Amino acid sequence: MTGTAPVLRADDLVVEYRGRPPLRAVDGVSLAIGPGEVVALVGESGCGKSSLARAVIGIEKRAGGTVLLGEASVPVLGLRRRTPQMTAMQMVFQDPDSSLNPRRRVGEQITDGVRAALARGLAGSDPADWLDRVGLDPETVNRYAYEFSGGQKQRIAIARALAARPRLLVADEPISALDASTQTSVAALMRSLSVEAGAGMLFISHDLSVVRRIADRTLVMYRGRIVESGHTETIWADPIHPYTRALLAAIPIPDGAGNLPVAPLEEDRATWTIELPDALERTAA
Amino acid sequence: MTPRPVITTDELDPTDAKRPRWRRPRVRLGRWSAPLGIAGALVAVVWILVAIFAPIIEPHDPLAQNLAILQPPGQGTLLGTDELGRDVLSRVLSGARVTIPLSLLLVVLSVLIGAVIGAVAGFFGGWVDELMMRITDLVMAFPTVILAMVIAASLGASLLNAVLAALIVSWPSYARLTRGLVLGLRSSNYVISGRLLGFSPLRSLWRDIAPNILGPILVLASLDIGTAILLLSGLSFLGLGAKPPTAEWGSMVADAVQNFDAWWLGVFPGLAILSIVVAFNFVGDALRDALDPKANTLRRGGPTL
Repeated sequence: MTGTAPVLRADDLVVEYRGRPPLRAVDGVSLAIGPGEVVALVGESGCGKSSLARAVIGIEKRAGGTVLLGEASVPVLGLRRRTPQMTAMQMVFQDPDSSLNPRRRVGEQITDGVRAALARGLAGSDPADWLDRVGLDPETVNRYAYEFSGGQKQRIAIARALAARPRLLVADEPISALDASTQTSVAALMRSLSVEAGAGMLFISHDLSVVRRIADRTLVMYRGRIVESGHTETIWADPIHPYTRALLAAIPIPDGAGNLPVAPLEEDRATWTIELPDALERTAA
Repeated sequence: MTPRPVITTDELDPTDAKRPRWRRPRVRLGRWSAPLGIAGALVAVVWILVAIFAPIIEPHDPLAQNLAILQPPGQGTLLGTDELGRDVLSRVLSGARVTIPLSLLLVVLSVLIGAVIGAVAGFFGGWVDELMMRITDLVMAFPTVILAMVIAASLGASLLNAVLAALIVSWPSYARLTRGLVLGLRSSNYVISGRLLGFSPLRSLWRDIAPNILGPILVLASLDIGTAILLLSGLSFLGLGAKPPTAEWGSMVADAVQNFDAWWLGVFPGLAILSIVVAFNFVGDALRDALDPKANTLRRGGPTL
């Protein structure tokens, strides 16, 4: 990150779920995202990626830590209505089928985003233009969500989020529910539109090949902690932390040799929780 | 050797909304129930027209005691006369004017009160939810008809008091239904998306939640019209509703009890109650099939509930 002030800064974030003993899903994570920067959060299922994302945007209660959007502290979404200032933070969810209201026209739902931008004193926009920009027919503003495919619905959800002209877009596995051919195009679309708008993006995924393509920086998460972080290419080319290595080794290589990734052994797993200060904040080589 | 057909797990998954094979049985069910629904709707419409035009189509004044008493059907009058010389047909037709609007009013008010209480409880949660649901439980713990009788009796016999008593016992089922539906949708992604875009709780309830829970509430309401008619005429039958000489089906049946030989006194108002309750139930069943949240999910490819 260069000298510009981050759009989002989270410090020592903790998320706990009730139980005996309580489950600490996010265990003291700090992160900062600059304007126009795409930060990927990767890790296995259950490592706390989604909890972190939801805590950042304020739909999950935080057991500790602070989140700042610009200068302002991000409140947890309760009964109180979000202030216009906080609508500068938008989210795209994993499941495109439940992201859109089935009883309202998609144009109306994108208009909700436009209104949020207007409420912050920013320029308005035409919902049809947004459909065009996410690669859909602008004539479909009057359609309902069920008339679209999963990938198209996700594009509409992205259009709605971007219509609010966010400073930060949180994407919680936005491509996991899509088929392989759609995944890459939706991910690339999200990157180009958010970079173009100067918005920072926190992109959660377990698809490392997509992450490599779109993320400026990558955070590798294991058991609620960031084990390795920094410049995406550096991590990719030279992973330091054993968990990152294992994660990268788990990607099948289509080289025709027919080598399948080997499942990690128990003693390997034991090494994944170690803390390596060298693996954090890695810079471009 | 031909290759074995590959069965993927999602073909076996009955919850997968995208498989067309699961659509078929639902639609067929809908077709089966549609004729009954249409017949029910026709009967209901006829009764509503009767209620509107009763003064025009009545052969006699329903209150005038100017005919020969206890005439059997077919002798001068179509459905006979009662012990005071009033025309039974005219009284049955006139009874529609009392029962139908009052039961519709009762259902509309129950839905409004119940839905507001349930929506507030479901959306706000916490102690608001606790308080409202415990009150709901309290009312539901009493047998409906008996509680309505007690309330109607303590308020004094009148049609409006009977409606008020019925209202007090009938809103909780809507409150419960609405609360459950709101609770289910409150944490859905599109509701959260709306909140992140700055929707107030009220706007969220109105724009994102209400349109998606209206179907089940309407179904319950349409099924409940029959129950409302039964409850109101039941209260009148017990002397807690309509007062003489008002022509009301429940009180007509009650009067007939004192005169068992004159079977036409009880049978025709009884048939009126029966036909309209059955008609509204058929309409309700057809609506339930048409608005079924699961069938809906299949047709629209998106979870509405």
